Amino acid sequence: MSLVFDVALAAGLIALALHVVTTRDGKGAIIAFIGFGLLLGLGWARLASVDVALTEAAIGGGLTGMLLLRAQAHIAGRGVRPAQAARPQWRLAAVGCGIVTLGLGFVVLAFPSPAPSLAREVASSLDATGLGNPVTAALLAFRAIDTLLEKIVIILALIGVWSLASDPNWGGSSHLRPASVPEPLVFLARMLPPFGVVIAVYQVWVGADLPGGTFQAGTILAAMWLLVMLAGLRPAPETRAAGLRLLLAAGPALFILIGFLGFLFAGGFLSYPEAIAKPLIVAIEVALTLSVAATLGLLVAGPPDKAPTP
Amino acid sequence: MISLADGFTLAFVSAGALLFLAGTLGLLRFPDTLSRLHALSKADNLGLGLIVVGLLPQAETIAGGVKLICIWLLAQLSAATASQLIAGIAARRKPDA
Repeated sequence: MSLVFDVALAAGLIALALHVVTTRDGKGAIIAFIGFGLLLGLGWARLASVDVALTEAAIGGGLTGMLLLRAQAHIAGRGVRPAQAARPQWRLAAVGCGIVTLGLGFVVLAFPSPAPSLAREVASSLDATGLGNPVTAALLAFRAIDTLLEKIVIILALIGVWSLASDPNWGGSSHLRPASVPEPLVFLARMLPPFGVVIAVYQVWVGADLPGGTFQAGTILAAMWLLVMLAGLRPAPETRAAGLRLLLAAGPALFILIGFLGFLFAGGFLSYPEAIAKPLIVAIEVALTLSVAATLGLLVAGPPDKAPTP
Repeated sequence: MISLADGFTLAFVSAGALLFLAGTLGLLRFPDTLSRLHALSKADNLGLGLIVVGLLPQAETIAGGVKLICIWLLAQLSAATASQLIAGIAARRKPDA
């Protein structure tokens, strides 16, 4: 019975992916892509990777979808027709994707059985971190450098988005509130954020021992913040505000600071003294969550288009 | 012989799945936006509600059951808001619909 479900899920994923690629309707493709992200999240849940499933649904489905929708609305609002790719270019991309897919399929099928895995090492070293969730342990202890760079990359992306602002608007705020805000949206923006904040706090806290963590919680917080800004309950902040910039940098900065302290107290960059490993990891996670939330929210808000008030 | 709790779950989840099927059919076949929304929100609210009620006896802890109910309530809130927003746009585009 579960095989039937899995086959239907895989078939749905492939059909939806083909639809996203072949449809000519920009907005329809984006909405199908959001559906694709949610379905892919279900697929990860079927593979018992609940952490990946949550992240995929939150980022792949929700946040990326919103980014794309805003970009599409921006293009449509300017009356720019996206240039149709010439036929040879289109074929080149299709052939490239096909080769990558075949290569990946070959690699997966060529895996020795059982596949090489560090899962046993992770499980046996889990006690040293004081955590119960091996994914969080891998993200924040065993492979902390990857996580650190990942968080810095999204801040670089935000700087890239900001740099699209025109000179007089640099340091200003984005205009998110639509001309007329429908009543139901205001209602939702008043009702939902308290629940969202509770769920985000829960996600960070439970992430130490169960599926959950900074990216998922940060995305939920960012979504709540965007909802409030879109409904016009609070204006978007000025991007030159010192407090905001501090919030953006606080997570990675604390991560780097604790990383360097590792040289003094634990014998290397990004290693933690075993006795206080868990409190340190939770502190980094909390700071990272706030930074991720601010970064993702501002990424969706887009380049500042209002001049800063003097 | 299935237990009473399992039978209850089977009946309610099946009824919920049937409502989702009917809702999807309505979404695909109904002629205008408002009736399509009606079909969709029926599936979202009642269908998901029936599935949650059906799953309640399977919850291992009380907290687990409360979480299921919270999911249903949150889905209700978002589905109702989304329906209102879409209906508002549809009504503005075509005042006589």
